[in-house]
Amino acid sequence: MTVGFVMLVHEALGRAGQVAAHWADQGSPVVIHVDRRVPRPEADALRARLADRRNCLFSPATACEWGTFSIVRATQAAVAGMLAENPGVSHVFLASGACVPLRPVADLEAFLAARPGIDFIESVTTDEVRWAVGGLDRERFTLRFPFSWRRHRRLFDGHVALQRALGVSRRIPQGIEPHLGSQWWCLTRRTLEAILEDPRRREFDRYFRRVWIPDEAYFQTLVRRHALNVQSRSLTLSKFDFQGKPHVFYDDHLELLRQSDCFVARKAWPHAAGLYAALLAPPGPSRHPAAPNPGAVDRVFARALARRTEGRAGLYMQSRYPNRGWENGRSCAEYCVLHGFDAVFPGFEAWLDHCSGAAVHGRLFAMDRAHFAGGAETHAGNLGDNPRLRDYDPQAFLTNLLWNTRGTRQCFQFGPEDNQAITRFLAEDPNAQVAVITGASLIPLFQAGLDFARTRKIAARHQQIETAFLSCLRRSGKGRALRVWTLAEFLEDWMTHLDGTLAGTGLAAGMPPADAPEIACLDGFGAFLDRLRNEGMRPQLCGDVAAIHRLTDGGAPTPRPRLSVVR
Amino acid sequence: MVSVLRTYRLRLERKRRLLRAARKSRELRPVADRTARIRRDDLLLFCTLRNERVRLPFFLAYYRALGIGHFLFVDNGSTDGSGGYLAGQPDCSVWTTGASYKRARFGMDWITWLQRRHGHGHWTLVVDVDEFFVYPFCETRPLRALTDWLDASSIRSFGAMLLDLYPDGPVAEARYRAGDNPVDSLPWFDSGNYTIRPNPVYRNLWIQGGPRARVFFPHRPAHAPALNKIPLVRWHRSYVYASSTHMLLPRGLNLVYDEWGGEKASGCLLHTKFLDTFADKAAEESARREHYAASREYRAYDRAGAGTLGFRTPWSERYEDWRQLESLGLISRGNWA
Repeated sequence: MTVGFVMLVHEALGRAGQVAAHWADQGSPVVIHVDRRVPRPEADALRARLADRRNCLFSPATACEWGTFSIVRATQAAVAGMLAENPGVSHVFLASGACVPLRPVADLEAFLAARPGIDFIESVTTDEVRWAVGGLDRERFTLRFPFSWRRHRRLFDGHVALQRALGVSRRIPQGIEPHLGSQWWCLTRRTLEAILEDPRRREFDRYFRRVWIPDEAYFQTLVRRHALNVQSRSLTLSKFDFQGKPHVFYDDHLELLRQSDCFVARKAWPHAAGLYAALLAPPGPSRHPAAPNPGAVDRVFARALARRTEGRAGLYMQSRYPNRGWENGRSCAEYCVLHGFDAVFPGFEAWLDHCSGAAVHGRLFAMDRAHFAGGAETHAGNLGDNPRLRDYDPQAFLTNLLWNTRGTRQCFQFGPEDNQAITRFLAEDPNAQVAVITGASLIPLFQAGLDFARTRKIAARHQQIETAFLSCLRRSGKGRALRVWTLAEFLEDWMTHLDGTLAGTGLAAGMPPADAPEIACLDGFGAFLDRLRNEGMRPQLCGDVAAIHRLTDGGAPTPRPRLSVVR
Repeated sequence: MVSVLRTYRLRLERKRRLLRAARKSRELRPVADRTARIRRDDLLLFCTLRNERVRLPFFLAYYRALGIGHFLFVDNGSTDGSGGYLAGQPDCSVWTTGASYKRARFGMDWITWLQRRHGHGHWTLVVDVDEFFVYPFCETRPLRALTDWLDASSIRSFGAMLLDLYPDGPVAEARYRAGDNPVDSLPWFDSGNYTIRPNPVYRNLWIQGGPRARVFFPHRPAHAPALNKIPLVRWHRSYVYASSTHMLLPRGLNLVYDEWGGEKASGCLLHTKFLDTFADKAAEESARREHYAASREYRAYDRAGAGTLGFRTPWSERYEDWRQLESLGLISRGNWA
């Protein structure tokens, strides 16, 4: 059982040389292919560096261009050399110059010995491929690609579009079924010899010469024709990002890589001195027979993908500023907006604060200042209570507040007296749980006892503002979290409605609040409404005035001693 | 049609700024020109300064440790020996000028010229002496790791918002001695009171907020300084900064943010302005009126009661590291993992 390493090298030759020496010093034969486009002095330096290692050989240099058959040709030649020069080699491991060994070769050989005759190569049908660059998967095999993707992108794209338009399709040679997979594999001598000595090899090579990215398809396809026992996975740990380019490993990945129990990782940053020093130290005794388990690595890079493509919901920052409709959540958490409650219940915030686990703010959008919970001048994230700072961008004020306090449910009071610039956002944000008692703002007006002409004007303005707010909420069509009562409806059975609101918005989900809140004194409120109407302002939003008469003329609405959360 | 016109107008603006930089370059006199030592893949730092001698030792040490290969300074008439100190450093090139900072577009004309001459094809970082660049993984990965990754990802520019740091007590009591890490004296910052507006013409984001908006400009938030910056760019001789390092032309370079919900990688410039030295500067600069919008900020500072002014509140965050900034949502790793 001997593994031979074939390395395809085109940059960072110093590092490639170190890795080759590391394998060679453990007794493994190494064949290196250096891209002919590497400057001669650099290639010569690599040869000189490895000259004293008899098991390090160089295969004839081909000029390799990404995405073309030249890479396959280089691989074929290097593998053929490896098999011919080293009769004892039972497996060939294909690696690049940017690969780093994570475990001793002895571990790899023990792993392969326990799985005799198995070829390790990721090889999946084109139907299952989702990673392909440029959206090409099946078409890699059925179109022609004479132009370089890197150097002549427009020609490449134009030619693809032309072939699609003309309905051109190449014939796939009989006897093979297109498969794709990682370029990095570990195959048995038997399989490789069968591929290289296939009587139809010329025909296959001619076909693959015009396949797109044949290094991810040639061996992956032909192995299905010859191999007896394929495990469709790569023994090389290699992660790709959403652009299809490999993630790079740095010094700080060392522990993560080691714990993965993979044999080889790709690709390492050439200047990651700490990583190379640790991984190229002379290997200790074979550690344990553990099989590769890259789960932790997968999670780290899956998180990176999610961060790059979905981001953190409700976050607006210098490198995440989504267009409308692309926010994945306009705010980061659910929150409650209670409209009119503080008018019906004096001291409502203190009461709610006492009986719920939420942060209960007062009027965050009041004209005079932002009334934060506890009355502080600044709040989480150093948001200030200054109304001009807040009104400079009310939406940012709210999304910042929610972001800064994530983990604690936020709740604030709202009413027609406040800055209404935030209403559209509230209406469109599915996280906003809005409960509205319409017409409630008449209560503080009634209590203030201002000059009646002025009271009437203010009442009319509030009514207009509230109507606009309601139609804004309804127009958005969200509705899901919306509860609306007229003042009359609410007063009629306020315990049930309050209970329902608190439970439905999760404000008092855990335990029932101890005591009912104190309700505003409404003696004479019905008469106040009558007078408003008689002086020419029809109070439309407070609901059935007759009902309010009935409820208020005999004193406060029916109190109940305790409140219990309705399930 | 409108967009074609706009594109053309921006192209003209870019050309005009390049010409202007060439004209303004005559104001520069080389003091120490070591640019012949710049290697092909060196990371370059460009900086304009005036009387910042006390900050220089730590500044140079910080950026050398990140991996800057060569520093290019414009010394705008320092009288405290800054120019001489820099001219004595083996990895610094220094030009001097006594001309107006303001009329050189706050130094950007000079920097643009130097970038055009020496920055082409390099990754260039443009910062002030009180700005310290932090980016994801900066304590374990040198700046070259970031620029290599940006190259591999075909990204040409990297955003780093200005994060104002402030002391525990009054600014005038934040003592600083040469060689100290200024972040030790200024450990606090505002984590979540920033506002963002897109600029449809240049396509950059306009970010405001933080302690200066809160303390200096609470009644005129629109006057608060812009905090968005794009200091790290793989330079091409046809590029220009359009306004400080807030935005660039061509404007595609300003798209350092994702518009489809995801997060691009980004960093921060820790802004260590509010040391005791700021008090003296404020007095000098509000008289000199050589800074942006007639040194509005320095005057606001003078008004706010120079000696006793403080920024700290119970909600201030103490700076720890880039991971803290990321979890607060100020920067992002994007898909660099």
